[in-house]
Amino acid sequence: MSQHVVRQKTYVFVFLGLIGLTMLTTGVAYIDLGPLNTVAALVIAFSKMLLVILFFMHVRYSGGLIRVVLLAGLFWLALLIGLTMSDYRTRSWTPAPDSWSSTAPPTHP
Amino acid sequence: MSTATLEPRVHAPRNYLNADYGIRSWLFTLDHKRIALLYLVSITFFFVIGGSFAVLMRIHLTEPQGALVQPETYNKLFTLHGIVMIFFFLIPSIPAVLGNFLVPLMIGARDLAFPRLNLLSWYIFIVGGLFTLYSAIGGGVDTGWTFYTPYSSTYSNTQVTAVAVGVFITGFSSILTGLNFIVTIHKMRAPGLTWFRMPLFLWAMYATSIIMTLGTPVLAITIFLLALEHLFHVGIFSPALGGDPLLFQHLFWFYSHPAVYIMILPAMGVVSEIIACFARKRIFGYKVVGFSSVAIAVLGFLVWGHHMFVTGQSVYAGLIFSLLSFLVAIPSAIKVFNWTSTLYKGSISYDAPMLYALGFIGLFTMGGLTGLFLASLATDVHLNGTYFIVAHFHYIMVGGAVMGYLGGIHFWWPKISGRKYPNAWAALAAAIVFVGFNLTFFPQFILGYLGMPRRYAFYPAEFQVLNVMSSAGATILGVGYLIPLIYLIWSMRYGPVAEPNPWGATGLEWKTPSPPPTENFAEIPVVEEEAYAYSAEETAGA
Amino acid sequence: MPEVEAHTQPAGLAHQFGDLEQQQGAATLGIWVFLVTEIMFFGGLFASYAIYRWLYFAAFEGGSHILDIRLGASNTIDLLASSLTMALSVRSAQTGNRKATVAFLIATVILGGIFLGIKAVEYDQKFVEHIVPGLDWSPEGNILARLAPGGLEHAQIYFFFYFAMTGLHATHMIVGMGLLLWLVLRARKGIFTPSYFAPVEVVGLYWHFVDIVWIFLFPLLYLIGGRY
Repeated sequence: MSQHVVRQKTYVFVFLGLIGLTMLTTGVAYIDLGPLNTVAALVIAFSKMLLVILFFMHVRYSGGLIRVVLLAGLFWLALLIGLTMSDYRTRSWTPAPDSWSSTAPPTHP
Repeated sequence: MSTATLEPRVHAPRNYLNADYGIRSWLFTLDHKRIALLYLVSITFFFVIGGSFAVLMRIHLTEPQGALVQPETYNKLFTLHGIVMIFFFLIPSIPAVLGNFLVPLMIGARDLAFPRLNLLSWYIFIVGGLFTLYSAIGGGVDTGWTFYTPYSSTYSNTQVTAVAVGVFITGFSSILTGLNFIVTIHKMRAPGLTWFRMPLFLWAMYATSIIMTLGTPVLAITIFLLALEHLFHVGIFSPALGGDPLLFQHLFWFYSHPAVYIMILPAMGVVSEIIACFARKRIFGYKVVGFSSVAIAVLGFLVWGHHMFVTGQSVYAGLIFSLLSFLVAIPSAIKVFNWTSTLYKGSISYDAPMLYALGFIGLFTMGGLTGLFLASLATDVHLNGTYFIVAHFHYIMVGGAVMGYLGGIHFWWPKISGRKYPNAWAALAAAIVFVGFNLTFFPQFILGYLGMPRRYAFYPAEFQVLNVMSSAGATILGVGYLIPLIYLIWSMRYGPVAEPNPWGATGLEWKTPSPPPTENFAEIPVVEEEAYAYSAEETAGA
Repeated sequence: MPEVEAHTQPAGLAHQFGDLEQQQGAATLGIWVFLVTEIMFFGGLFASYAIYRWLYFAAFEGGSHILDIRLGASNTIDLLASSLTMALSVRSAQTGNRKATVAFLIATVILGGIFLGIKAVEYDQKFVEHIVPGLDWSPEGNILARLAPGGLEHAQIYFFFYFAMTGLHATHMIVGMGLLLWLVLRARKGIFTPSYFAPVEVVGLYWHFVDIVWIFLFPLLYLIGGRY
């Protein structure tokens, strides 16, 4: 960990930013944006996570090794979700034979 | 064979074995070397248990209608054989025994980064193992070590939850070991020991640790979900309630495929060390071999769907997984080529460790090549669920990983115990293992190709000859495993005392006495030369 | 056998390390590697959630709207505040301010307790409404009417994820609060100094991670599909 001492003001500003983003995401939930509601929620959540990681967890002031470790973790999570999801998303590309139609796995319309 | 001598203990210098006495000094030790021995004893115990299940299975399969047990019991035998061998023997074996012992020594440190976590890892391992043994005694499990749903979650009335808890607990042992190794290798290398001066065993342990830390947690959550489904029937894995059984398989194999690389990468690291020493030559393509270890670790996470080609997975996902599976074979092949190039024009001696290493190269190659049959979608349709798969993974796990483990034990035994073992017996045992292994598992390739299904308690009569051959081979293999157990224990009392570097090998672990003192080094060494700095005149014609 | 070079060991330096800086570096790297394992641990749950949300969106949306958004938002703000006090506590330890370290730690514990209290209220509400999968699943009346369109079985899967994810998160919080209390006891004795405060930083990083998990749980569980 770097010996860098973060100013108290920085922490408070980050906190206020986090509160603001929380209020934003809650407010957006009351507006109909269709599929963009999910996108907005995730973007805001990612931003909040970034603030906590960079400032509260000192990654902004840390060396490359910590950043690589963190990025590896997030990348592997994306791998898990993405590759698994790719199976479900592409199942309907090969339609099941007619005789199976009553027991075909659920597909998203 | 050297004269057996009883060395007077009172004159032995102070080392980690005699530094303290009594059971408490072992059960509460923080010394990585003692913890390694705690693991050695434990995994040998589990190997015997897992092996006993195998013996019962092979006896049963000498008759087409089954010679020994009821089909329900047979199902429990192959399930427990898999669980015990994978989770309680293979996964910990090299990392927890050789890794724990050697990583600080090879790095030039006094211990791992977190000695207390290391001891905790062992206790977690024991608790998990006891849970699983309890379930075996309390009725067993019959789901296969893969626990496929919905059978395991909804229909099986065996001890699924108990085994799930046991495996869940044991997973944390693996995670903590990996974490310890990663931090140690990053932060505690001796002065002058740059990444590219490290022995390849350390590269292998580092790559293995990446898999242990990134993959095992996913197994943990999967088992957790399985237990919840088994207990509460909420529907996440059962089709009747809207769940998808394939989700379990995705989560399960996300860990369990990389797990096979946890089992083989350390063995590959051992082989690199042995080949360099017994060919008196620097490993050919050192950097490439090191990077291959990491490449295997990373690519190994991208191929899990090849276990699910015929289960209803999307064909397009199958295509991608098939392609990636072919790619992951490349770094493994690179290693085999590099070892072979190291042997070329080396000054080769055939001590027991080298016999195991050479056996590894041949058998691992066979196992790996047969994996390509299975990575290919069309042929996998025919071979999946047959004995071809059983043979394939046993060639890698037993012909590869176990031979690597035994080779490593024989290579570093003088360092660990301070004693030497009789090489003639060791060489004989290695030969018996090699013959017994091939007799056991080569017929299984043929059986699988001919269509004999795996996990069946009976089979068509025309397969009996091959099955009997396989069972005969298993007997020979068992004898081969028993012999080292005897002479290694014998050597601890009667074997000739070992000097610091009996093999004349390079590496920091050989620069300290055999056995090492508790603090490993009197002074932390400073590294100034490359790994495997075998002198030119040692290598004939190099 | 010659003894290891005897020199005055700084307080808190373990024998396998050469100096406090190496030890602190190892501790920091260690906790980050551990947090990555936690990312993958929760990750399995998130992946499963993602699959089923995609498959049964209507059921997930219906279930989400039954949750009390005010309690969820309050908990979110509470945890963010606790991360602030935690960061300030680490900073106080780093600057050698013993009293502030203890005070901020206690504040973090209190905020954590409030979170768990609100969680308990929410869980109790689910039992009252009979929407606890596996234990008490028999929705009725208004709840049943809102869940039926998406499919009751699929709604059960949603609530399973609600309990599994928030339950696992709460378990991590309880462990965290135990660690915080342990830190309070040590901090009061003045054990932490500007050159030795790794335990505070390590627990802090763990606490922030638990906060980040909730940062995602709130929109993923409470804000599905909007409440317009």
